[in-house]
Amino acid sequence: MNKKRKLGRGVAMVGAGMSAFDMFKDRDSKDLFAEAFVEMSNSVDKGLDPNDIDALYIGNFTNDFFAHQSHWGAILSDSLGLVPKPATRIEGACASSALAFREGVFAIASGFYDVVLVGGVEDMSKGSTETVAEGLALAAIPYERKAGFTFPGVFGAIATAYFERYGASREHLMDITIKSHDNAPLNPKAQYKATIRDMMRSKIKRAKEKGGAVPDWSDEKDFLRDPIANPAIAWPMHLFDCCPISDGAACILLVGEELAKHFTEDPLYVAGVGQASGRGLNAADDLTYFEATQHAANEAYEMAGLTPADIQFAEVHDCFSIAELLHIEDLGFFKPGEGYKAVADGLTRLDGEKPINTSGGLKCKGHPVGATGAAQLIEVWEQLRDKAGDRSVPNEDLRIGAAHNLGGTGGTCTFTILERR
Amino acid sequence: MADRPISDYQFERFLDEGKLMGARCVGCGALFVPPRAICPKCHGSEMEWMETRGEGRLVAFTSISIGPPAMVAEGYDRNNPYCSGAVELVEGPRVVARIEGVDTRNPETIKVGTPMKAAFLQQGVDEERKTVLGFMPVDESRAS
Repeated sequence: MNKKRKLGRGVAMVGAGMSAFDMFKDRDSKDLFAEAFVEMSNSVDKGLDPNDIDALYIGNFTNDFFAHQSHWGAILSDSLGLVPKPATRIEGACASSALAFREGVFAIASGFYDVVLVGGVEDMSKGSTETVAEGLALAAIPYERKAGFTFPGVFGAIATAYFERYGASREHLMDITIKSHDNAPLNPKAQYKATIRDMMRSKIKRAKEKGGAVPDWSDEKDFLRDPIANPAIAWPMHLFDCCPISDGAACILLVGEELAKHFTEDPLYVAGVGQASGRGLNAADDLTYFEATQHAANEAYEMAGLTPADIQFAEVHDCFSIAELLHIEDLGFFKPGEGYKAVADGLTRLDGEKPINTSGGLKCKGHPVGATGAAQLIEVWEQLRDKAGDRSVPNEDLRIGAAHNLGGTGGTCTFTILERR
Repeated sequence: MADRPISDYQFERFLDEGKLMGARCVGCGALFVPPRAICPKCHGSEMEWMETRGEGRLVAFTSISIGPPAMVAEGYDRNNPYCSGAVELVEGPRVVARIEGVDTRNPETIKVGTPMKAAFLQQGVDEERKTVLGFMPVDESRAS
């Protein structure tokens, strides 16, 4: 039963595109996915004939709730002019489009399809903040919802367990926030492109213009400690520990490995894919790690024949600052209880030994939940194909990157390793 | 009591009666709170109700300033946050619950490890009325 898993046929990634991520009152999922599709199509070096697309796998968490519309597979197949190509909508909470990617990989690996469009979309921002929080909480365990937990609350509780076990504190989570915001201005697609220092300067400027009391924060952490600038959402999670509300779409073109050179001379190859399920706060083995992340990572490492040390950089699911901390330990980059020290030492910064969330992460790039898994892989694509501009990982021999996506209270986790040969 | 089907519905009816009940696997003896119809340890499907002592210790918590509509309706907001947490029962299982009797405006005073005792909270009115599982510090529950 525990056989070593591998793909029956190699799969390559030959195109990728994403919409802008932001809160758009005037654009819906069709508009956003069309933007992503056009960018993806233009990214295929030797061109894409849309008629060659065999099938679509679309991740979407809950447009049903956010936009009162479901059935996004067929709707998008139609809006892209791809009818009658079959379209399957996949739901795995915030990991929906990483699951769509994985299903697309399997569809090609099985030999059934040659060219598959995978991606995701979410249209979250049309309701109030409370409505968005209620929609996101649909992915919590029923018992958590009955106990009043929101998602910031779930991750806040996990933070208290981690702090108690390892002696970390809010101050260490601030290192993660500051790092993500330092990467963000380098990403033209980021929803929030300001560093924490940029924001401090603009708030001080505004206060001076208004003639009110001018804040005198000594540094970024002093700013983040200020309950006016950074109020509690679900203590110890504060505003700057939480990703924003975003609308957006992302899509990727996958093809059979032997067909890749018809599309580009520089494809990426799927080295490993892993997915696992986990339990909520009441039943998880432990509250200081995500069991599903560990299982997904092990599956992907084994398939790829790689170890954590081989992953040169990664996007990890930082829906909340504490989540990034757990993931970098769960993925084997750092030992349990050592992650926060590694972050404090700068090891996860863009110029560190293990750059994490070079895109600015969900925190700054934005988190349209159904699109996030695909968008993370697009960051890996851009880095490995030397298209990341000023945020390029400073490594002359960049070949292997990975993305980790999480849904719910760690109920669904994926780990995907891409390789440039 | 033993005749009731193993379900979340019945678990909540027990909460109405002021009892925190779990399901014990007849096959391997493992206990689950809330109950499960199938034992994830041995995959047995013969489960029986067992009453817990309703005692444990706080293992994780959060003080929530922005809650869902149901909590907002109860009067909770930025100025009046509420606490949710996880409690490890003396019998072993971990449960999630509302945490009462703690200073939610000063959450740094709330400590992981605090001994807790179950409290059965009434939420909503009339037909919406239901019992929600809560816990409060043992010292607090003695005082009240």
